[in-house]
Amino acid sequence: MDFFHTIFSVMYQFGDAFAFLVISCAGLAVIFGMMGIINLAHGEFIMCGAYVTSAAGRAGLPLPLAILCGALAAAIVGIVVERLVIRHLYQRPLDSIIATWGISLIATQGVLILLGPTMAGVGTPLGSMALGERSYSIYRLVLFATSIGLLGSLYLLFYRTRFGVISRATIQKPAMARALGVDTRRVYGLTFGLGAGLAGLAGGLYAPTMTMVPTMGATFIVESFVTVVVGGADIFVGAAPAAAVLAIIRASLTAWYGHLFGQIGLLVAVIVVIRVMPGGLSGFLKRFQR
Amino acid sequence: MSNAPNTPEQISHSSRSTVSTWLARLEGPQTMGRGPAFWVAMAALVLAASCYPAFSDPYTIGNAAYFMVWTFMAMGLGIVWGYCGVLSFGQTAFFGLAGYAYGVVTINVGAAFGLTWLALVLSVAIGGAFALLIGYFMFYGRIKGVFIGIVTLSVTLVLETFMAQTAGPNWRIGDARLNGFNGMSGMPPLTVPWPGGDIVLYSGTALYFVLLAMVVVCYLGLRMLLNAPFGNVLVAIRENPERAEMLGYDIRLYQTLAFGLGGALAALSGTLYTAWGQYITPSSMGLTAAALPIVWVAVGGRRDITATLLGSILVIAGFQTLTIYGSQYALIVMGALLVFTVLVAPDGLIATAMDWIGRTLRRTKR
Repeated sequence: MDFFHTIFSVMYQFGDAFAFLVISCAGLAVIFGMMGIINLAHGEFIMCGAYVTSAAGRAGLPLPLAILCGALAAAIVGIVVERLVIRHLYQRPLDSIIATWGISLIATQGVLILLGPTMAGVGTPLGSMALGERSYSIYRLVLFATSIGLLGSLYLLFYRTRFGVISRATIQKPAMARALGVDTRRVYGLTFGLGAGLAGLAGGLYAPTMTMVPTMGATFIVESFVTVVVGGADIFVGAAPAAAVLAIIRASLTAWYGHLFGQIGLLVAVIVVIRVMPGGLSGFLKRFQR
Repeated sequence: MSNAPNTPEQISHSSRSTVSTWLARLEGPQTMGRGPAFWVAMAALVLAASCYPAFSDPYTIGNAAYFMVWTFMAMGLGIVWGYCGVLSFGQTAFFGLAGYAYGVVTINVGAAFGLTWLALVLSVAIGGAFALLIGYFMFYGRIKGVFIGIVTLSVTLVLETFMAQTAGPNWRIGDARLNGFNGMSGMPPLTVPWPGGDIVLYSGTALYFVLLAMVVVCYLGLRMLLNAPFGNVLVAIRENPERAEMLGYDIRLYQTLAFGLGGALAALSGTLYTAWGQYITPSSMGLTAAALPIVWVAVGGRRDITATLLGSILVIAGFQTLTIYGSQYALIVMGALLVFTVLVAPDGLIATAMDWIGRTLRRTKR
């Protein structure tokens, strides 16, 4: 029985890390994989989602609805930002990083001025369950399930719907897509909105487990960037396996040496991975497909 | 600037030609500004800067010294980003590392016999070596473009997290406590050994002049380096890496070296900053701190070392003024300035202005 408990505990640690990596990097991976733009305001879209979720939750909305509100709000902000700034920078990816960083500075500081250094959050729902000597948060298990569901629905969205076909066509051959009558600017706008919405979803999902501060986005960005870098340009063959590998590294290092070494382990993993496979995991895996 | 400073009798022929070759490189294709008019303007600027303390109060002089502390990091980023085309978000990693190194060394060995200068050299070497190491992994791993930004940003954020948790007596190197989130303090400032009493360079006029001299030397040295073959290759790599490689240059080596140089300059800033204020905290490597050099260099102009230097000083001074009136709004203005620059004048505001002045002058001459 003890053995079973240990196995479960390890799986729980892994699932928690995996869910965190997948959920927090999904928005970044969509925007980067589809548009080639690194969105440094990613953390601020997460913050936006978390704040709206908390506000809606405290206003009396049930949590799932509040999370949807958060994701929607972030998506709308994302579409507005794309229209005002990002749209002009598609030819200059490095400049788009700088611009999104500027946006991130404005957003963090603006929220600090408008809403103060902290905001009341919503408590973690669903309580916990005991197994052996330890207790486990049920909400974390739900998050793990959600991360799997998220990957599944993104797959369906990009490979089974009309929007998916059109957006992938736009990514691969923008000129051809335009010639076939696709409004590529609209597709880019929607894709950016989708990425921002996913970031908002991440914020909403993790809002109950975190303290609401304007800089909360920063806790997500290192992990999500690391996952995207290790994964490479494709979400499904890149970011998802990368999240799995990194989750194993982080969970085991965290369990043995503490949180800090988990983070440092991630960084070392990135540096080694990019040294060995420059195209990230997706580039590496795609070589075998051929 | 074409005449060599020494008479032919004093030095041998070969060394004279080396000296004049390097002096001739003060002007060249990779740096804006040439001819007597430019150098007279520059000399006037330096002269004005030298006279400035005579007309000002100690607090303002200390502030001006503080601005100059940062210019090395800005110039380093200008080389890495503007000349080499590698966008690094992690210059603060080398800044902070060197700051801590200076603190650890000086607290352990003290300030006697000019040991602080040895600590300075050592810290810059540590920062530069760390940059070379990171650069090796990045460039020999063939990472490109946006990924470099992410890796460097992750490095600096992880360093911040690491230093922030070093609270407690078990985190000490010799006599130096790292002190976690509160950071280190109490290290001695730079000290010049002098017969009849050391000169301690506290924030003030003496430090101001030392820093001014360092900025001028560094600026002129970088101008020469950038117009040397090394700088030409860097620009060639920025413009077209494949072509540079086909021409036989090992672009990985050049990029790594440029990145190391940029890191060493950031480390110099970090060391001077620590010596200036006698403290260093983990937040000097945080997200906001990492954003600032990008803002200075982007707004000033990254493609030219003069624009980078002047632009950074102007932006830092502006930022300081804003902070006095309302520190919370300063960051918003900075962010807005960044977005505005990227959208309207991608080459930087100062660089665009300098370009315009240059063209107008040439037109009037004709």
